[in-house]
Amino acid sequence: MDAVTERVIQVIAKAQHIPVETVKAESTFEELKIDSLDGLQIVFALEEEFDISIPDEEAKALRSIEQAVAGIRQLLAAKASATA
Amino acid sequence: MNRRVAITGIGVVSAVGLNRQQFWQSLAEGKCGIGPIESISTEGLRFQHVAEVRGFDPLVALDPKEVDQLDRNAHFAIAAAREAVDDARLELTRELGERCAIATGCAVGGKASEDASYYELYAEKKTRFHPLTIPRVMANGAASAISSKFGITGPVWNVSTACSSANHALGQAFAMVRGGQVEVALAGGCEGLMAYGFLKAWDVMRVVAPDTCRPFSKDRKGMVLGEGAAILILEPLERAQARGARIYCEIAGFGLGSDAFHLTMPSPDGGARAMSMALRDAGLAPEQIGYINAHGTGTPANDSTETKAIRAVFGDHAERLPVSSTKSMHGHALGAAGALEAAATVLALHHGLLPPTANYTTPDPECDLDVVPNVSRAVRVEAALSNSFAFGGLNAVLAFKAPASL
Repeated sequence: MDAVTERVIQVIAKAQHIPVETVKAESTFEELKIDSLDGLQIVFALEEEFDISIPDEEAKALRSIEQAVAGIRQLLAAKASATA
Repeated sequence: MNRRVAITGIGVVSAVGLNRQQFWQSLAEGKCGIGPIESISTEGLRFQHVAEVRGFDPLVALDPKEVDQLDRNAHFAIAAAREAVDDARLELTRELGERCAIATGCAVGGKASEDASYYELYAEKKTRFHPLTIPRVMANGAASAISSKFGITGPVWNVSTACSSANHALGQAFAMVRGGQVEVALAGGCEGLMAYGFLKAWDVMRVVAPDTCRPFSKDRKGMVLGEGAAILILEPLERAQARGARIYCEIAGFGLGSDAFHLTMPSPDGGARAMSMALRDAGLAPEQIGYINAHGTGTPANDSTETKAIRAVFGDHAERLPVSSTKSMHGHALGAAGALEAAATVLALHHGLLPPTANYTTPDPECDLDVVPNVSRAVRVEAALSNSFAFGGLNAVLAFKAPASL
């Protein structure tokens, strides 16, 4: 598993108060019983973890770990090229 | 409809006890819960002491997600509600839930949560803070959380009237049960106020004592802030008797009114009117009152004004009428004050023991009542009043009748 996915899994497990082993790279938010309030807290935690800013539309559209990882990679890349 | 209403359950979280039994034990022993603040720094404050709730574990009554979503005041309230419902052996079916009210008194909502987020914003210049700051800050957080947790879908609301909040909540809930709008009510109050900015706001008003809370004592220097929650279960007396519930006492009357006098200074007329109204509402003569749980904040202004008000209502009977302030032990918990004091008054009637005014040293001729100094007193009384006289001149008084009179 790559570093970004691992960190995303850690953040989500902590936010949901569930064991890390129960969160898989393929898990959907529905499977993890993440509701809208949970989603808000997870977006906040991910922003804090990676020091990024996730736009509203993307935040609302988040439905899975894979999606979160892909979006975060993009934001990290954009950040890297902006400071390059 | 005009039904008699009983108190059948009590739950408490306070600086002198994390549950009803510990709370009552402390009051019976005259034990004071005021001490140096542990949870935050008091640098720059003129006072170091509060009646802080120590050793409280929210996970006993809430799950981890609920703890995250709510402020400390709501943690206290849910724990107290749980204890009260269990104490009353109240079975909250879906049907009863629809006919159940929740009324909390919470004056300032989630101050600690608000303060923490604003600190991050203004001082640390962060661009984001906790996304659930709003639900944590809202003063109805506790009421709403209790509703979800217990499946209560009847009338649910919060009252914010400063130091009278919980008495107003209890009084309104009492009226709803008495009038038949609901079959049962969970009513009381909650407050959690360990936020530096908020404590500083009290400091600069110069009403907080630098030492401790000494209501009615000549050397009293002010109030001491407290935190916590208490929830009482109110149900029709007939219903309680029919199901064999343990009845602590009857809640018999509610008096309320406004001073129309001053933003912070109390008027003796306002307090007297509210007490008289409570007596009339309860169908009680002044001589039937055997105990008053005073507002008794320990400020120079309140205690002498309250004394005048009591003398105006009770006349000669005031010479023989014990009046104590339990704020001397559990502190002034603002929105929760009336609830903690209602719990104390109900337990006093139930146990036949009047809690004392703690930390009392010197008699003040302006507060020349029997203030039950320092030591609790065993006596069975017929009825009692509990006073709340708030900033902004809002007065709310509850009247209770002992089980022996039922």
